[in-house]
Amino acid sequence: MQGPNRSPAAPAPGADARPPAIEFVGIDKRFGATHANRDIHLTIEAGSIHGLVGENGAGKSTLMSILYGFYRADRGDIRVNGRTVDIRSSAQAIAVGIGMVHQQFMLVDTMTVLENVLLGAEGSFMLAPAEKRARAVLARLAADYDLEVDADAIVGSLSVGEQQRVEILKTLYRGAEILILDEPTAVLTPAEVEHLFRILRRLQGEGKTVVVITHKLKEIKAVTDEVSVMRKGEIVATFPTRDTSVEALAEAMVGRRVLLEVEKGPSVPGAVELAVEHLTLKDRRGVVVVDDVSLEVRAGEIVGIAGVAGNGQSELMEVIAGIRHASSGRIRLGATDITTLDPSEIRDLGLAHIPEDRHRMGLVLAFTAEENLMLGHQDDPRWASGLLLDTGALRHTAEAEFAEFDVRPPDPALRTALFSGGNQQKIILAREIGEAPKALIVGQPTRGVDIGAIEAIHRRLIALRDAGRAILLVSAELDEIRSLADRILCMCQGRITGECRPDASEAEIGLMMAGLTGGTAMEARS
Amino acid sequence: MSAPNRELPALVDWVLVPLANLAVAFLVSGLVVLAIGENPLEAVAIMLRGALGYPEGIGFTLYYATGFVFTGLSVAVAFHAGLFNIGSEGQATLGGLGVALVCLTFDGAPWWLVAPFALAAAALFGAAWAFVPAWLQARRGSHIVITTIMFNYLAATLMVWLLVEVLAEPGSMSPETKTFEPATRLPFLREFLMPFGVDLGQSPLNPMVFVALLAAVFVWLLVWRTKFGFEMRTVGQNPTAAVYAGIDPGSVVIVAMLVSGALSGLMAVNEVMGVQHRLLLEFVAGAGFVGIAVALMGRSHPVGVVLSAALFGILYQGGAELSFEKPSISRDMIVVIQALVILFAGALEHMFRPAFARLFARTETGSPRP
Repeated sequence: MQGPNRSPAAPAPGADARPPAIEFVGIDKRFGATHANRDIHLTIEAGSIHGLVGENGAGKSTLMSILYGFYRADRGDIRVNGRTVDIRSSAQAIAVGIGMVHQQFMLVDTMTVLENVLLGAEGSFMLAPAEKRARAVLARLAADYDLEVDADAIVGSLSVGEQQRVEILKTLYRGAEILILDEPTAVLTPAEVEHLFRILRRLQGEGKTVVVITHKLKEIKAVTDEVSVMRKGEIVATFPTRDTSVEALAEAMVGRRVLLEVEKGPSVPGAVELAVEHLTLKDRRGVVVVDDVSLEVRAGEIVGIAGVAGNGQSELMEVIAGIRHASSGRIRLGATDITTLDPSEIRDLGLAHIPEDRHRMGLVLAFTAEENLMLGHQDDPRWASGLLLDTGALRHTAEAEFAEFDVRPPDPALRTALFSGGNQQKIILAREIGEAPKALIVGQPTRGVDIGAIEAIHRRLIALRDAGRAILLVSAELDEIRSLADRILCMCQGRITGECRPDASEAEIGLMMAGLTGGTAMEARS
Repeated sequence: MSAPNRELPALVDWVLVPLANLAVAFLVSGLVVLAIGENPLEAVAIMLRGALGYPEGIGFTLYYATGFVFTGLSVAVAFHAGLFNIGSEGQATLGGLGVALVCLTFDGAPWWLVAPFALAAAALFGAAWAFVPAWLQARRGSHIVITTIMFNYLAATLMVWLLVEVLAEPGSMSPETKTFEPATRLPFLREFLMPFGVDLGQSPLNPMVFVALLAAVFVWLLVWRTKFGFEMRTVGQNPTAAVYAGIDPGSVVIVAMLVSGALSGLMAVNEVMGVQHRLLLEFVAGAGFVGIAVALMGRSHPVGVVLSAALFGILYQGGAELSFEKPSISRDMIVVIQALVILFAGALEHMFRPAFARLFARTETGSPRP
């Protein structure tokens, strides 16, 4: 792959002597302990379509929120069209010609398209003249950019693709020269994606600059001139799109890291413990997020699911754990059909679940550590047999488990929020595997966990496997999957796109993670 | 930006911050008293003397506090489940209906025989009145704040109709039921204490003050020592984690509101069976709303609720004395002072927290950073 390249890439085709549309110079931003943006240097040429890729949490949205005035950078400058600007609000961002189309549309569903476009840009006390003006402008924009939408339609009645066009119209109506689109294709059908790309190219043709934030690499390939990759708050590479490949981008996104050596013997797979058959999940808007997934996990093996975050892995885990219910398909645990059971029934049948987001789902941070040890096990007869909880028994169990799992400090009465990430994860681990479940689903077991704890957690998972348990592991860390899993499944856009052994090359896995296999990959590479 | 969320020492969090809020509330109240040309220090002295200075005053203070403990606990329980129950007023009103029905049915029977039924009816009627908003919140997503407010109005209207058309004493022109027989009324504590030389005067303090303390113990056990309490706190703190843990947030919301409504309902026993000895309009007199301030100030902890209910009891009784002794300080002035306490202790509870957090962050690291 191409080496990381921090310097601005060659000007995009057709760029003239115009100054760069946007320059980030040494942008740095922290949220408490999280370093969301580290010393970002990035140049976006005027009149180009620039892709910004990276996994969830890589810092893309933070960077764009700084540009749009939602956050203030701790350090660094932003230059727009060569001039240093100090953007403190979205109004100022609009004033310098920046328009943003958010992932969650900022539209009033009950108003018409025209009213939405006017909102905040009425320009006069009476609405009628503004509406007349806007109607004319909309008609012209629609013709110029292929952005046709019925100006009098109620926004709530429009399709998602049309709503997105309204968002783009809003920014153009306010005179945006630089458009930022945050995950624009996340909710679009393939035909709508095509239409969007047509619009973006028309915009570029009129000299406008477009920034597309996404984690879908195929689309980056299809529409951008240049692409920058972010990882852990840093820009790790910027490539001209035509000189790069989807695999190279996938690799840059996931990153090469020191492979943590995990000692493990060969697996001895037994009977199928967890079986997923033709599982499909549609979200509330009807978008398919898990698409006809079938997989099996046998006793005594770890099956890893690799994939760029946001491709349906999280939803798959939630469906298996009973937190969401499948639209179609079946899930079996041992001989029992668990497709329609609720989380506590599934847990009682012996499926443990370490959720990928411990703060949002796995823990109640305001609780004490021992209370979190009880979460999901609040019916356990060890402490819930009587009218009142047996706090003595809980304390006793907590002390034993915390010693066993090396939770530091081993204080069951301490508020969970005060533990480090690694120790919080150990509390969850003690809770979920302390009781020796039949099968375990694990999401991002070592996210935000220090090296020492990573090793301990990995050893626990291997020990559990060797004890004959079935483990399904989802992780965004490819290295983690390769070192732990006995089989790897790759997931992309809700589908299982391939299976391989853990010693497969990174390039091969990267290809499958990008949803490209065989012939299609060769096309994209050319 | 993370300063307000910082961990504070328990002493600061539980004692210093509430005291600072209270001090500021009194300071501003003092300025208001000064502005109408009275001496604030004298006003404070009158209030304290009126509320705590002699047995009868203490009796009145505790009587007021009793009602506030029930409504405060009611709001606190709902808070733990992440719900803002504004409907204590209406739930207590319906509780009063339950008490009156029991007392009128068994009119003339000795109070100690009737009391258990009256307590049960009060709790049942209060819970029933909370059930509809709870069900709408849990199963239909209607916001509990809106529905409980509406149910307060419904309760008031229902009571007018009942007391005018159904329950009014035949031949009477006033919208109230007949007065219960003396035997059925809760006894006043003054009758018990008189032989010991303690003169509670005309204060209406009755055995419900002990029931209120028992209720506080019950709430503490429920919230921190039962499985349901654990589930309720999980739902209140992190509904996503609750679903993960196999808890049905909807069921928890409904049961929590039933408990909350029952506690509000119990407040009515104090008023209807203990003091008024009949059901009349608006006997709750705002105690349901004071309960919100009591719960906020008491940090939804039973001990805090009991203490802040006592404080509001002092304000009510002391305020009554103050407006009696200083005609220029009207009854409305007392409402202003109470409102300031609610404002600073409740609504602006977090105003001084960042300052304390910074102060303690500095002392923890040893010395101020340059």
